[in-house]
Amino acid sequence: MAYLKGIWAGFNRYRYLLLNLVSRDIKVKYRRSALGVVWSVLNPLLMMLVQYLVFNNLFGMGNAENMQINAISGQPPNFAIYLLSGQLIFSFFSEATNLAMDSVLGSASLIKKVYIPKYIFPLEKVIFSFVNALFSLIALIIVFIFTKSTVSAWLALFWVPMVLLFIFNLGAGLILSALTVFFRDIKHFYGVVLTALNFLTPIFYTESIFMGKSGFIEQYMPLVLRMNPVYWYVSMFRRLVVYSMPPTLSQWIGCIGWAFVALVLGLAIFKKAQDRFILYV
Amino acid sequence: MAQPIVQIDGVSMRFNIAKEKVDSFKEWFIRKAKGQLRFEEFFAVKDVSLTIEAGDVYGLVGLNGSGKSTLLKIVAGVLKPTTGKCTVRGTVAPLIELGAGFDAELTGRENVYLNGTVLGMNPKYIDQHYQDIVEFAELGEFMDVAVKNYSSGMVARLAFAVATITKPDVLICDEILSVGDFLFQQKCEVRMRELMSGGTTVLIVSHDIEQIERLCNKAAWMRRGKIVIDGSCEEVCEAYKTGAQEMRERE
Ligand SMILES: Nc1ncnc2c1ncn2[C@@H]1O[C@H](COP(=O)(O)OP(=O)(O)OP(=O)(O)O)[C@@H](O)[C@H]1O
Ligand SMILES: [Mg+2]
Repeated sequence: MAYLKGIWAGFNRYRYLLLNLVSRDIKVKYRRSALGVVWSVLNPLLMMLVQYLVFNNLFGMGNAENMQINAISGQPPNFAIYLLSGQLIFSFFSEATNLAMDSVLGSASLIKKVYIPKYIFPLEKVIFSFVNALFSLIALIIVFIFTKSTVSAWLALFWVPMVLLFIFNLGAGLILSALTVFFRDIKHFYGVVLTALNFLTPIFYTESIFMGKSGFIEQYMPLVLRMNPVYWYVSMFRRLVVYSMPPTLSQWIGCIGWAFVALVLGLAIFKKAQDRFILYV
Repeated sequence: MAQPIVQIDGVSMRFNIAKEKVDSFKEWFIRKAKGQLRFEEFFAVKDVSLTIEAGDVYGLVGLNGSGKSTLLKIVAGVLKPTTGKCTVRGTVAPLIELGAGFDAELTGRENVYLNGTVLGMNPKYIDQHYQDIVEFAELGEFMDVAVKNYSSGMVARLAFAVATITKPDVLICDEILSVGDFLFQQKCEVRMRELMSGGTTVLIVSHDIEQIERLCNKAAWMRRGKIVIDGSCEEVCEAYKTGAQEMRERE
């Protein structure tokens, strides 16, 4: 109990630092580029446009028979919405974990000179990425309006998978940032993992392309996808936003379960490693 | 009698100094497989016990590499000792290196707030003292300029002004008075005396023995991570001045 109290007191004392670091990151990011906030909306839009042209027109991924049906309109959703929603969630994950991974090393000059609870650094990066993700929601809103897509009351719960992913990112970020202090080459390794996870998340393809196929890979693909934590956050987000339906039980279990596991593991590893950071940074 | 404000109990700090630094997984794995993962152990601070009472101005003297900065970092909570325990009853303001936590891309004003919160201050508190900070640093017209365009002395001024705006229970100074021009140095010493008269306990490391003699009431001499002698300031400084030379010659 006294231990928890100590942690709370520490957090309370440093919460302004946390706020300041986040606002510093935002200021630095948006001051550097002339387009500022506009860029963080434009960037996902342009990315989506490229993917749309390639995967819809070239590969026909967006054909009606590949898509699930929206519960309200009875029509398959617009492929642009499908793409952008998946991309938005995946970017939040990849940006948050990538930035968090470098956060402790990047704060070496601070860590060497003043006492600061170390978890502040990965936490700050995850918050910063969350803010960025909220900005790029504007892009999603624009496409919603542009394509006159159907919305329902379930849309109001869009933040639930995002908050759960926030917790998952924090756990993963704690693990990655601690490991990177001791092994700098984890960074390169993680780049490969991110690419693999990107392909194992149905962002520009739909799960249904594996249905009814008898090939070895096609048979096991749905199972493999379900082992990927990001899959669950993307599918819950889409269920609410794109398909106007309540999340399924397995989506709840997938999202909450991964978030819980990552956070508990992350805290345990980080706590064990943090006192030795200063000897390696 | 009240409990001492800083209590250092049998503190040792061990560093692993590898001949080549192993910081990649690939290298670690190769060495582990070959059984070459050996470190040389080295004690920067060894079995040090000191008691510092509230209101003391405590000087630490010793030759380069004797472990003074390491000990101060342990008191500041930056380093966790390998063995032993260090208890501090109160808030600590560490002046270990000025300008730690400044972001060159941000303006002076933004850095005051960033650095203040790094030291655990409340933004409201910084608001109230903002004018004092600017006046002390004498940087009035530069506060909205990015810090990357400051001279190093200007950075030091601003950092010292921010760090000493609070009334900490313990102030830790590691050779910080050696930066800045002589007028600024005098100003810093005045500010430190103000803090001391306000009841702040001070721990100073300096190679300027006269400065230690001028400011401190107690002192300790460190040599190779151990305390040679501690006690009243005159005694320790006297012993250090004569003793260090002798020990060097004997070797
Ligand atoms: N992070 C570290 N890793 C390995 N060795 C270290 C580390 N920090 C300090 N040391 C070693 O510890 C010893 C004591 O260093 P310290 O900085 O405490 O000396 P000092 O008394 O402050 O010296 P100076 O008067 O030069 O400031 C030195 O030999 C130094 O090489
Ligand atoms: Mg030193």
